Amino acid sequence: MRNHPPLVELRAVSKTYGQGHAEVHALHDVSLVADTGEMVAVMGPSGSGKSTLLTIAGTLEDPTSGQVLIGGQSLASMPRSAKARLRRQTIGYVFQDFNLLPGLTAAENVSLPLELDGMSARKARVAALRALDGLGLENRAGHFPDQLSGGERQRVAIARATVGQRKLVLADEPSGALDSVNGEAVMRLLHSACKNNAMTAIVVTHDAQLASWADRIIFIRDGRITDQTIPAVGPESLLTVEPEK
Amino acid sequence: MSVRHAMLALLSEGSSYGLHLREEFEARTGDVWPLNVGQVYTTLQRLERDGLVASEGDEDGPGAQKMFRITQDGARELDTWLRTPPDLSSPPRDELVMKVLIALRVPGASVSEVIQAHRRYLVELMQQWTRIKEDADPADLSLGLAVDAELFRLDAVVRWLDAADARIKRVTADAAPADTPAAATTPAPPHTSVIESLPRMPLTTNRKVRTRR
Ligand SMILES: Nc1ncnc2c1ncn2[C@@H]1O[C@H](COP(=O)(O)OP(=O)(O)OP(=O)(O)O)[C@@H](O)[C@H]1O
Ligand SMILES: [Mg+2]
Repeated sequence: MRNHPPLVELRAVSKTYGQGHAEVHALHDVSLVADTGEMVAVMGPSGSGKSTLLTIAGTLEDPTSGQVLIGGQSLASMPRSAKARLRRQTIGYVFQDFNLLPGLTAAENVSLPLELDGMSARKARVAALRALDGLGLENRAGHFPDQLSGGERQRVAIARATVGQRKLVLADEPSGALDSVNGEAVMRLLHSACKNNAMTAIVVTHDAQLASWADRIIFIRDGRITDQTIPAVGPESLLTVEPEK
Repeated sequence: MSVRHAMLALLSEGSSYGLHLREEFEARTGDVWPLNVGQVYTTLQRLERDGLVASEGDEDGPGAQKMFRITQDGARELDTWLRTPPDLSSPPRDELVMKVLIALRVPGASVSEVIQAHRRYLVELMQQWTRIKEDADPADLSLGLAVDAELFRLDAVVRWLDAADARIKRVTADAAPADTPAAATTPAPPHTSVIESLPRMPLTTNRKVRTRR
């Protein structure tokens, strides 16, 4: 009994790549709902369809069959321009290869989407610096991508995806090149953005420690959702003291 | 960790009354280690008998009013204990390994479903620990470190499950008949057992299986 539609909904989505002998069924009949403020992690072996799921949820690719709804609106019936606006304003992406623009500094990479959206350059820069600051990159704002380490580039990509009140952030292995402390910082930031700014996040990861930051974890295998976690009643139960014998 | 070494560790910071030790002990370990607070006074008595701590004050009292200090022998014992690796030779996940190995042999059991049941349980536990970490005061180092240790331990078990899953899948795929090319691209229906196509493997771990406790 919801009184508002979920932010993202996939209804019986299938995706087939190629034809005939080269046919690959990347997703089979996948249904998935992510509510506003919810952080969902997707885990599964390599080639199980995680990235495919994310690009379809992010409207970057169309499903072969099934429906994708964002904010209750079906993408199939949405005009091209509206889809483009959705991608620019509502959705933030962190890709497996976090493509930053090489000619722009870290701060410019982060502020660019805000400026494209009509924010003044000054305001966009302030927001960008704040986002970089939150990820421990305050001293790297003026660096170009090739002057950053792999993990730093990754954090710039995360700042870019989360800046400016995005409603939906889709992240594919957002902590692949990060050590455990920085990986944790990324997940902590994403989870607090979900809780405090009513953002929704879908995060693909093979790392159970990072996935455990999510409110719900979905397991995917051979293109099908096979299982998901059930939210705990309360973590306090772990801290009750059982005296040793 | 024993109450004994916890007492020595607390006393290494300076002399203290029994009552205060008990309170400190409760405050520091209560959240993380399941140790019995009721054992504090008897443990102090035994430590004194062994010459590892010394006391003064109310001779026949219950220990609460006595002032305790660590002796040189006690400090040595503490140092030795800190450097002695705990016994990790019997991994706590023996039972899980055993269940997965047995699932391989039970006709009709879906190993991947068995693995997933354990994986989900572990990941749910990890979610609970992570929520504790998220809510904790970042300055509370002992809680943060203890939770991390738990997370890394559970993570290792999940990774073992992932590796087992992948290994079994590869072996079953290799064992699949060559005249069904579709098998390579079409995943098996979720409820099909992988057992039939597996070579019967001897359960070599039988000898090592212990009934715990
Ligand atoms: N453009 C494409 N054309 C053909 N096949 C594709 C295409 N994109 C993905 N696939 C196939 O679809 C399946 C799912 O791919 P996907 O990238 O979603 O996997 P994944 O779960 O993200 O894996 P990984 O963990 O390795 O990133 C794979 O078998 C892949 O080879
Ligand atoms: Mg991928």
